[in-house]
Amino acid sequence: MENKWSKGWLTRLLLEDRAGKLLMSFVFVVTTVVVLLNTLMPESSALHVSNYTVTLLGKYLCYGLLALALDLVWGYCGILSLGHGAFFALGGYAMGMYLMRQIGDRGVYGNPELPDFMVFLNWQELPWYWQGFDSFGFAMVMMALVPGILAFLFGWLAFRSRVTGVYLSIITQALTYALMLLFFQNDFGFGGNNGLTDFKDLLGFSLQSDGTRVVLLISSALALMLGYVLCRWLVSSRYGRVLVAVRDAESRVRFMGYRVEHFKLVAFTVSAMLAGIAGALYVPQVGIINPGEFSPVNSIELVVWVAVGGRGTLYGAVIGAVVVNYAKTWFTGVMPDAWLFALGALFVVTTLWLPKGLVGLYQQVVDFIKTRRQLMSNRELVDHG
Amino acid sequence: MNQSVSQLIQRLLGSMLLLLLLLVSQPGFSLTTDKLEPLLKKSTWSQLEQVVISLTNEGSDASQTVLEHWLNGRLFVVKKQKQLVYAEKTPEKKYRIYDLLSSDELGTVKKRALKKVRINNQLRSVLKTALASWDLKSKNPDTRKKAIYASLKTLDNKTLNAFHVMRANEKNKKVLSALDVALSLHTFQTAKGAAQLEAIHVLTDFNHPYVRSELAASLADTSSTELAQSIRVALAEIDQRQQYYGMAESVFFGLSLGSVLLLSAIGLAITFGVMGVINMAHGEMMMLGAYTTFVIQSVFPNLIDQSLFIAIPMAFLVAGAAGVLIERLVIRHLYGRPLETLLATFGISLILQQAVRTIFSPLNQEVATPSWMSGSWIINEALSLTWNRLYIVGFSLLIFFALLFVMRYTRFGLNIRAVTQNRAMASSMGIPTGKMDALTFGLGSGIAGVAGVALSQLTNVGPNLGQNYIIDSFMVVVFGGVGSLWGTLVAAMGLGVVNKFLEPWAGAVVAKILVLVFIILFIQKRPRGLFALKGRAVEG
Repeated sequence: MENKWSKGWLTRLLLEDRAGKLLMSFVFVVTTVVVLLNTLMPESSALHVSNYTVTLLGKYLCYGLLALALDLVWGYCGILSLGHGAFFALGGYAMGMYLMRQIGDRGVYGNPELPDFMVFLNWQELPWYWQGFDSFGFAMVMMALVPGILAFLFGWLAFRSRVTGVYLSIITQALTYALMLLFFQNDFGFGGNNGLTDFKDLLGFSLQSDGTRVVLLISSALALMLGYVLCRWLVSSRYGRVLVAVRDAESRVRFMGYRVEHFKLVAFTVSAMLAGIAGALYVPQVGIINPGEFSPVNSIELVVWVAVGGRGTLYGAVIGAVVVNYAKTWFTGVMPDAWLFALGALFVVTTLWLPKGLVGLYQQVVDFIKTRRQLMSNRELVDHG
Repeated sequence: MNQSVSQLIQRLLGSMLLLLLLLVSQPGFSLTTDKLEPLLKKSTWSQLEQVVISLTNEGSDASQTVLEHWLNGRLFVVKKQKQLVYAEKTPEKKYRIYDLLSSDELGTVKKRALKKVRINNQLRSVLKTALASWDLKSKNPDTRKKAIYASLKTLDNKTLNAFHVMRANEKNKKVLSALDVALSLHTFQTAKGAAQLEAIHVLTDFNHPYVRSELAASLADTSSTELAQSIRVALAEIDQRQQYYGMAESVFFGLSLGSVLLLSAIGLAITFGVMGVINMAHGEMMMLGAYTTFVIQSVFPNLIDQSLFIAIPMAFLVAGAAGVLIERLVIRHLYGRPLETLLATFGISLILQQAVRTIFSPLNQEVATPSWMSGSWIINEALSLTWNRLYIVGFSLLIFFALLFVMRYTRFGLNIRAVTQNRAMASSMGIPTGKMDALTFGLGSGIAGVAGVALSQLTNVGPNLGQNYIIDSFMVVVFGGVGSLWGTLVAAMGLGVVNKFLEPWAGAVVAKILVLVFIILFIQKRPRGLFALKGRAVEG
């Protein structure tokens, strides 16, 4: 018999996760097909995929990455963060700042030095925190670093003083709420109410062009797949085992001599960075970032994506994000008033009857039938015996 | 426009006017027409002035009305009937005319049908003086006081003489002190030496802003050092007092904000604090209460003043029933899984919000304020507190102590505490724990509903009402210590006052952010809040 440990870690990682492998192949195939149909088919053809669909798919994949990030902390570490939208938005703002700098003198006021809203506020020079965002490399680092640093500081404080469970959820919610209020301030230097918008191009390519949209979709798909592999690697490693142990019996792990807060902190920071990257990819596709992204409702909605998909599985989170957002797109198109009813019902139904989410539904049904059959045969035995 | 029709209308209108004129010129109204005669004709300015003087001497309320409208340029003569009316411009550039005495509407006429009663600047000042002296004779002491203060900037010998006469007969303390301000201010401005110093001494005790600015202004052009010194002392004393009042006002605003926080958190102190249910639909329970107020006011539009007294029990019932329903249908299945409860109740909150949007409208609804809640309590010139905020502070404390009483001294409260402290034991003692859970949740939700009635008087009543308060209320409960009612009170009032003291220094939004950050950091230090429960209950 071949020893499975003799294989490389990546092979092992991919081989052992059947559902994940399936999902990632699916993402790969769908992205490829959409990209090919969009670029190769003429617009008149029935098989042509519209630019709208390309962007929509790109958006879903960003949400998938965000859900993945949340599942890492919630599903594997038991930290229900109600503030992950904040990390997503911070990444988005970092990208937005780079895109704002790219506008140059093509803004309404034509000021080559300052973005429009600063000219409007009568600012004379670029604030220090906007320095460096002309460079794409710097902005890319910041997209992950800013959410990462915030998560590190916040987590370091919170985990060290053993704030857990509901308390942690509530203060993460307060964090994103405070950030929302802050970013709504006009003189805070991030465009206030209106946020950052009117982007022109990314690395010299127009954001409106079909090619850029396709490239953004491909990048989102790649980011999602890489993010998935990273998370998968984390949770299947020795570190991941401890993480799950922390989730299930925190005190016991602590008594065994592990520094629980360090384990949590790593997961929280990595997760925030992934969320930031998701946000950064999201912004050029939707063309705007505003403080509404920090709203606590967004973060809670994100939690329901993960819950609907099935937490603690990683692939479930991605599925949940795509399914719920597809439903949202469909509802808001067909009957917009019903969407919040549906979303609300989804929250209640998932928590009451689908504790393992959609991906656990199959297992749940199988178990149900099995126990039912067991029950029946027991009864038969009783009847005959 | 058809000529004959408009003529007909005019004639009809004319006869109606005549009829009304007959109706109003009854005894009891002492406005004699012959005194007003010059207004109807082309008169000289001096004749018009004579009219003012004769009306002033007459001193009736009706005369006052005439003079007021005259001063405001709303006094007109209807050309045809030679009748005095007052008129308002309509958006269509026509004039809606009203009877002078009864304020009854007499119809709408074109500009041509009216002639404005003349007025010039000299007449305006005569009118102003006349009207001011009117207020001085008013039966209402507040009006008298206001009239005196209004004359501060234009003190002349004539008014001063009138004040001296008034002072001899005046009994009301507030009016007397207003007279003192006026007289001393005049002495200060005109007299020299000891009398002036004495006047400064008297003025020091008053808070009227004009007194302070007069004193400060005279400081610049005074040459006597002794005088300057005593003015400085007076100013310092006034400023110190103002600062003290400003502080008192900030504390009041803080308490008022705190009482809003207390109201929004107090129901949560039961559902989250006592039962441990993360009730994200708590805000929507308040929203239900606020909408109950709106419905009550729409059903009984004539009972605005009493509406709140009907709305309070109704809101308790509506929100309480909703709470019981939610507990029985959803939360019951989720005990011991707090994070799941959080999600499920958030789902419920979304459903309730959308339900309100569908049933009423996505827009804010207008909830009227009863007349007894408007206006303010004027303590002195520097400090006045609005009644609605005072009532809210009182009301929130009332609810708080009522709740405290229920929890501590009633059988119901005893059962609630028994079930939260030891469910199994309570159950074996014969307490129906399931029923208690439902009722406790209903109590918390009902109180949130009552809070919603109060909030409907302070903020917009719309589908987002609940969302705007939910984070604040969780902060208050967590900061105060989960399970501790007193903690909730202290936390709410403390955060309210701190917030209001930060506001002038940092701005409203930044103050709020700072408070949030403070709580986040505070929870790191004391994860169980200000007043943490100790002992076994903590483990649960």
